[in-house]
Amino acid sequence: MKNLKMKKEFKVISDLLPNNTRVLDVGCGDGSLMSFLEKEKNIEVRGLELNQDKVQQCIHKGLPVIQGNAETELHQFPNQSFDYVVLSQTLQAFYDPEKVLKDLLRVGKSVIISIPNFGFWKVRANLLFFGKMPVTKTLPNTWYNTPNLHMCTIKDLFDFCDEKNIKIKKVVGVNEDKTSLIKKSNLEVKNLFSKLGIFLIG
Amino acid sequence: MNDKLVDIKKINVSKPLKLDCGKTIKDFPLAYETYGKLSNNKDNAILVFHALTGDQFVSEVNPVTKKEGWWITAVGPGKAIDTNKYFVICANVIGGCMGSLGPRDLNPETKQPYGLDFPVITIKDIVRAQESLLEHLGIKKLLCATGGSMGGMQLLQFCATFPDKTFSAIPIACSSSHSAQNIALNELARQAIMADPVWDKGKYVLKNLQPKNGLAVARMVGHISYLSEKGMQEKFGRKLQEKADYEFSFDADFQVESYLRHQGYAFVERFDANSILYITRAMDYFDLSKQFKGGLIEAFRNQKAKFLIISFSSDWLYTTKENKDIVIALNASGADVSYSEITTDKGHDSFLIDEPEFLKTMKGFIDSMYEKFKNEKRI
Repeated sequence: MKNLKMKKEFKVISDLLPNNTRVLDVGCGDGSLMSFLEKEKNIEVRGLELNQDKVQQCIHKGLPVIQGNAETELHQFPNQSFDYVVLSQTLQAFYDPEKVLKDLLRVGKSVIISIPNFGFWKVRANLLFFGKMPVTKTLPNTWYNTPNLHMCTIKDLFDFCDEKNIKIKKVVGVNEDKTSLIKKSNLEVKNLFSKLGIFLIG
Repeated sequence: MNDKLVDIKKINVSKPLKLDCGKTIKDFPLAYETYGKLSNNKDNAILVFHALTGDQFVSEVNPVTKKEGWWITAVGPGKAIDTNKYFVICANVIGGCMGSLGPRDLNPETKQPYGLDFPVITIKDIVRAQESLLEHLGIKKLLCATGGSMGGMQLLQFCATFPDKTFSAIPIACSSSHSAQNIALNELARQAIMADPVWDKGKYVLKNLQPKNGLAVARMVGHISYLSEKGMQEKFGRKLQEKADYEFSFDADFQVESYLRHQGYAFVERFDANSILYITRAMDYFDLSKQFKGGLIEAFRNQKAKFLIISFSSDWLYTTKENKDIVIALNASGADVSYSEITTDKGHDSFLIDEPEFLKTMKGFIDSMYEKFKNEKRI
C-alpha cells in the first residue's frame, strides 16, 4: 500500500503541519513522508516502523526512526510528547484500531490519519456489479492476502470520531490530484468521490 | 601481557582523577591506538569504547597478540567504520592490562605491583579517564562514539557525563544498569579466579604468576553467555572432537568442550586475572539511573547527541528489552534516537562478527551523521 501512496497525500499532510513542531510518523516505511516533510517544512520528525529493512533505509537517509510495532509499542512515548502524530494509510491494518487511535491521541496533541476510502464509488461498484472484493490502485491486495483487516469509509471514521467524542478539526478528501474539504454537509458526496480521506483530529 | 616489548601509544594523565570510591589517581598512563587520519576540520573522529576483554587494538593486527584487531569486521578501510574516511580512536580502559593503569602496574606508594591494592573503579571513572585523551588529540567534538557490551555502557556514561562531546552515538547490545543475571555471571567469573590457589588474594603478580586455571574458567563462562542456545546448537550440536565415539573419560569428547577449553586457555596468555576482577566489578556497579535524581530520563536530559541503539534478537546477556529501555528513556528526555533490532541467531557476539545487516545499519548511520555534522560545522 505504502509504495502507491500519492504525492498529493504528502502535500496535504505537510500543509496541515505548522512549522516548528515535533511530528511522529507512525508506520513511516522507508521514510519518504519524513524526507518530504523535512524538505518542505521546518519541523522535527521521528518515525516508528516495524520492518527491519525499512528501518535501515530510514537510518541511511539520516532520519531518526525507532523499530517497533505501533500496535504494542506506542506506550514508550510519553503523553503529549509530539505536537502531531501522523498515521498514513495504516489504521485499517491494525488488529485493534480503536486502541491504537487512543494511543495516538495520548502521544500527540493532534493526530493526522489518512485512510483509503472504502466508500469510493469504484470500490462500491466493484462489489455491486462484480460481486467481488475490490482491487484498486489504493487497495491493490486481494481478500486473502490483504493486510487491511478493518477497512472503513470516510463516513465510518467520521461517525467513529463523533461517537467517541474525538474532535474533528479538518477532513480533506483526495481524488487523484484534486483535494476538497469535507464537512458534515457534503459528507455523502465526498465519501463517494474521494479515494483517500485525511483527518486532523484531537 | 608484554606491553613493554612493543610500542604502545600512551599519554600520561597528570590531572588528578578523583574516583567514585573516594581515592584519587594521578600521573597515570592511558594507552590508546588510532586508525585513519584526522581531518583538518577535526570533524571525522570516532571514539570506540572496548568491551570487557577488549583493548585499544580495534583494527589491523594487534601488535601484542599478533592476531587481528577485535573489531576488524567493523573497522578498517572500506568497512562500516571506514578508516579511509574517519579517524578512529580507542583507549585501553583503566583497570585493564594493555598499557593503561591497571592492577599489574607498580603502586607508587609501595613500589610493588598493585594487586588488590588497586582502587575499585567504576564505568564513570573509566570514561572520565579517557576525556584527557580527546583533549590531548585536540578533539572538541567527536563525529561519533560507539561501543558494544561494556563499550556501550561506557558510551552511555560518556554521553550522560559529557552531553555535548559527541555529535552522534551508537550504543550496541548494552544496558543502562547491570541486571541480576549479568552480575551473577560476573560473580561466577570472579569466583573461578579466586578459587584458583595461584591467585593468592591477587598477590600472584608479585611472584610473576597467573592463575591460569581460574582465569580460563572465567573466560569459558563468558563465552557461553556470548552465544545463543540456537547458535551454539548449530555450531557444535553433539559433534565429537576428532574422534569416532565417546572415550569414557573427562577429556574434551565434545567439540563444544574443546572450543571452551581452547578459548579459555588462549585467553590467559593475553589477559590479567586481577583486571577481570576489577573490570567486571566496574560493570556490576554500573547503574546510570542511580547517578541522577529522577533516573535514566534525567541522565539524558540535556543530551545533544543523535543516538542509534542496536540490539540483537538472540542476545540473552544484554537483551532487546534492556536496550529498548534506553530508547524509551532517551525518547522521554526528548533526545534524538533511532533504534534497530537485528534479527540473528548469533547472540551477544553478533556485534563482533560479520553480521551484514548490523554492519550496514551502522555504516548508513555514521555516513549520514558525517554529512549532517559537516553541515552543522559549516554553519
